[in-house]
Amino acid sequence: MATAVAARRRRDWFDSERVLAPLLLSPAVIYITALVGFPFVLAIIFAFSDVTTGSADLEWVGFRTFGRILEDPVFLRSLWNTFVFALIANAVVVVAANVLARVLTADFKGKWLIRFLVLLPWTTPISLATITWLWTLDSIFSPIDWVLRNLGLIDTNVYWLGRPVLAMGSVIAVHAWRIIPLAAVIMMAGITAIPTEITDAAEVDGARFWRKHFEVTIPLMAPIIAVAVLFGFVLTVTDMSVVYVLTRGGPTHSTQVLATWAFFKGIEGGALAQGAAIALFLFPVLVAVAALILRMARRWELH
Amino acid sequence: MAEPRSEVQALRRTFERRRRLGRVGLYTAAITAAFLAAFPFTWAAISMFKQNQDLYVKENNPFWFNLAPTLDHVRLLLERTNFLVFVRNTLLVGIAVVIITLLLSLPAAYSLARLGRRWGERMGIAIFLVYLIPPTLLFIPMSRVIVTLGLQESLWSLVLVYPTITIPIATWLLMGFFKGIPRDIEEQAMVDGYTRVGAVTRAVLPLVYPGIVAVVVFAFTLSAHEFIYALAFNKGSAVKTISVGIPTELIRGDVFFWQALEGAALLTAVPIALLFNFFLDRFITGFTMGAVKG
Amino acid sequence: MAVVEARGLTKHFGDVKAVDGVDLRTEEGEFLVLLGPSGCGKTTLLRMIAGLEEPTEGEVLIGGEVVNGLPPRARRIAMVFQSYALYPHMTVFRNIAFPLKAQGMDPAARQEKVEWAAKLLDLSSLLQRRPRHLSGGERQRVALARAIVREPTVFLLDEPLSNLDAKLRAAARDDLLSFQRGLGITALYVTHDQVEAMGMGDRIAVMNKGRVRQFGKPEDVYHNPADTFVATFLGSPPMNLLEYEDFLVGFRPEHLLPVSVAHDGERTPFTFHVNRVENLGSERFLYGHLEDFATDTRVIAMLPSTVTVPIPPDQSHSFAVALNRIRFFDKETGLRIEAQRL
Repeated sequence: MATAVAARRRRDWFDSERVLAPLLLSPAVIYITALVGFPFVLAIIFAFSDVTTGSADLEWVGFRTFGRILEDPVFLRSLWNTFVFALIANAVVVVAANVLARVLTADFKGKWLIRFLVLLPWTTPISLATITWLWTLDSIFSPIDWVLRNLGLIDTNVYWLGRPVLAMGSVIAVHAWRIIPLAAVIMMAGITAIPTEITDAAEVDGARFWRKHFEVTIPLMAPIIAVAVLFGFVLTVTDMSVVYVLTRGGPTHSTQVLATWAFFKGIEGGALAQGAAIALFLFPVLVAVAALILRMARRWELH
Repeated sequence: MAEPRSEVQALRRTFERRRRLGRVGLYTAAITAAFLAAFPFTWAAISMFKQNQDLYVKENNPFWFNLAPTLDHVRLLLERTNFLVFVRNTLLVGIAVVIITLLLSLPAAYSLARLGRRWGERMGIAIFLVYLIPPTLLFIPMSRVIVTLGLQESLWSLVLVYPTITIPIATWLLMGFFKGIPRDIEEQAMVDGYTRVGAVTRAVLPLVYPGIVAVVVFAFTLSAHEFIYALAFNKGSAVKTISVGIPTELIRGDVFFWQALEGAALLTAVPIALLFNFFLDRFITGFTMGAVKG
Repeated sequence: MAVVEARGLTKHFGDVKAVDGVDLRTEEGEFLVLLGPSGCGKTTLLRMIAGLEEPTEGEVLIGGEVVNGLPPRARRIAMVFQSYALYPHMTVFRNIAFPLKAQGMDPAARQEKVEWAAKLLDLSSLLQRRPRHLSGGERQRVALARAIVREPTVFLLDEPLSNLDAKLRAAARDDLLSFQRGLGITALYVTHDQVEAMGMGDRIAVMNKGRVRQFGKPEDVYHNPADTFVATFLGSPPMNLLEYEDFLVGFRPEHLLPVSVAHDGERTPFTFHVNRVENLGSERFLYGHLEDFATDTRVIAMLPSTVTVPIPPDQSHSFAVALNRIRFFDKETGLRIEAQRL
């Protein structure tokens, strides 16, 4: 009798919310802390050291590594590029994804096929999607150039990836191209969440298409748009595959971004400390942007 | 009060015209969007069957075959490169990562959604912030960790590390789904005699099924997309995934095996896009619940 | 103010016939209620009149003109939705001003009109609030203000009272009706609540399965139902229906009275075996069955408190119904037939 009661009590203790909650949460938390928190701390330590891939030892050098990378003009260029690319690409994304979301929430024939095609840029692994662009923008065989040449608009090929400004534009374009489907899907969720009675009321009140869109739909979608912008910005700033595959950072480092420069310096060049230091510059800005957008999104929550 | 007949008729014609213009606009936008999104893939689809003499001539029409199409390059891709090895690796890693993700994020999401209201929301934000620490920041110390653990040049390095990317998003998605299910259901099961864990497994989990599907597809896709860890950890061909293997192995120095490249890209892209398209509506539900309530 | 007319209005959603051939015509300035259970097609009918749905067949006329093909804004109608559909991100002022802005009115004129509407509905002190800071009744007034500011010719209301607390509903009904009467605008009002319908409508259109079963004044619909559906839908508790030979006999609970107080003239006697008595203070409900009929169908009688005849349960009592209160219905179709001999 006593053991049965004790056994029951043990089981009930296990059942209690206070015990169960942390118990269920801990595997995930431990996993993430170990494999994210620990390397993160390590990255900071590396950045303050002079460690390389060759040596096993770690010497504290204070801010010297940071000093070295800040003197490097390529680093400054990477810093600038990282944010300019992300800002321009996502500005395009916000507008285009909005249009796309409206198209995909409407009803029309062939919608399934259109949706399939529109999803391709996002669902394809980044490196492979970028490879398809590599050919499209090739200096000799680019189909775009072929069309332009045969239309008589240009004489010689446009060196999409060979000229600095064009290369930057190409990188931005590929980023935008890839993220628009994701942003559109997120915005579709925002549109479907708006109660139909409100859009009906706007219709009855006399609002035509544009007024309805700008004065009713978009303000009510604002928190979701903020989420989409946040995702897009983070994905662009933290990505290294597009630049790596498309231009390797060239021509002459004009498309270098923090992520690729950290890779070239740290892994290919062997200077781990410098690589870590360069990559660390990503973090504070991401946090700032995220905090900003989360605060805006909370203010807009209307329910 | 009533307008004369002809005015109403004219009004009706105007609106009919506007409606038709609207439809035309819609179709134009849809087709333009599809074109812009898919055109690199469409001639990837054609180029992969082109003979070298056809492809590498500047003046040839890139949009159609000038010489007869050939399966040579597809054969090269499948037989003479490690493409199939890459596919196998990607599948293995993907499945393992999905399993680990579900095992860890399901309980975590349930805990955050149901138990402990005060710190539940703060933990949710903490998880989101973790997502903001990207692989591009961690890959350098991480590669050191991998070497120390002796996992370099193996698929296990990826299986170990990828869940750090998938678990935050999976937890956030599942939280939304759990919140959407009323507490009554598990409380009823507990009244019926199950422990809480039993109640959840039997009664609630089947209802979160669409969320689980979303997580499976997302986690698999994320691990198939991942580039930088795979590039940093595994240099040997036998342990590469598609994402890294294709760009590094089909480009030997200055020589690009274009047709094989395009073929590989297409063969990977289409199945994933089909999968996503199929489940798209469920994802939207998930996002709505996660973003609005979370 | 305009007359609204529906001619042969039909709406198909795939195989489902939401509205199946409705003919209706309002009087100018009347308050017409569309009454029916969920899914009977009343909201779809209202939306077709509004222009939010295009009919599969049939015509909608407003003010004598066929308006098929015209969007809502061209029909000079205003609509109040079940949830009021106020724009959550706008102040009360901007909510009311929205239709005027859509029309292209300049700010000064808009200001005047909004203030006029706000004054009419006692909203002047609430103009800078947001909808989420308003009570249910206040939201209804804002919805009404937004509706009249365009000076519509027709008012369409889709169950606007169902989201209100029961206590507030009576007051809101009152306000709504005096509002409509004061302005004299033709109103079409959708509801599933038959008490509301009886209390508010000048005429009621009772709908079921996409069709109008009966259309007339509340007293007519109540006392002379056209079929068994109308007979049982109106009145709480519903009309008693009993099988007899090959037709149905019907009479309302308030007409089944003890012989001592029943109607003096021509009447039909019944032996009422009472199983249970519910005394609610203002009336007594008697549940039982009539021994004169072959079936054990449950029969309800409603005695007002002024009738003090003691009715002990588990006993049979002599009751009667006035002959002119008995209704007869066809067993198969449910339609009303003329008086039969019992």
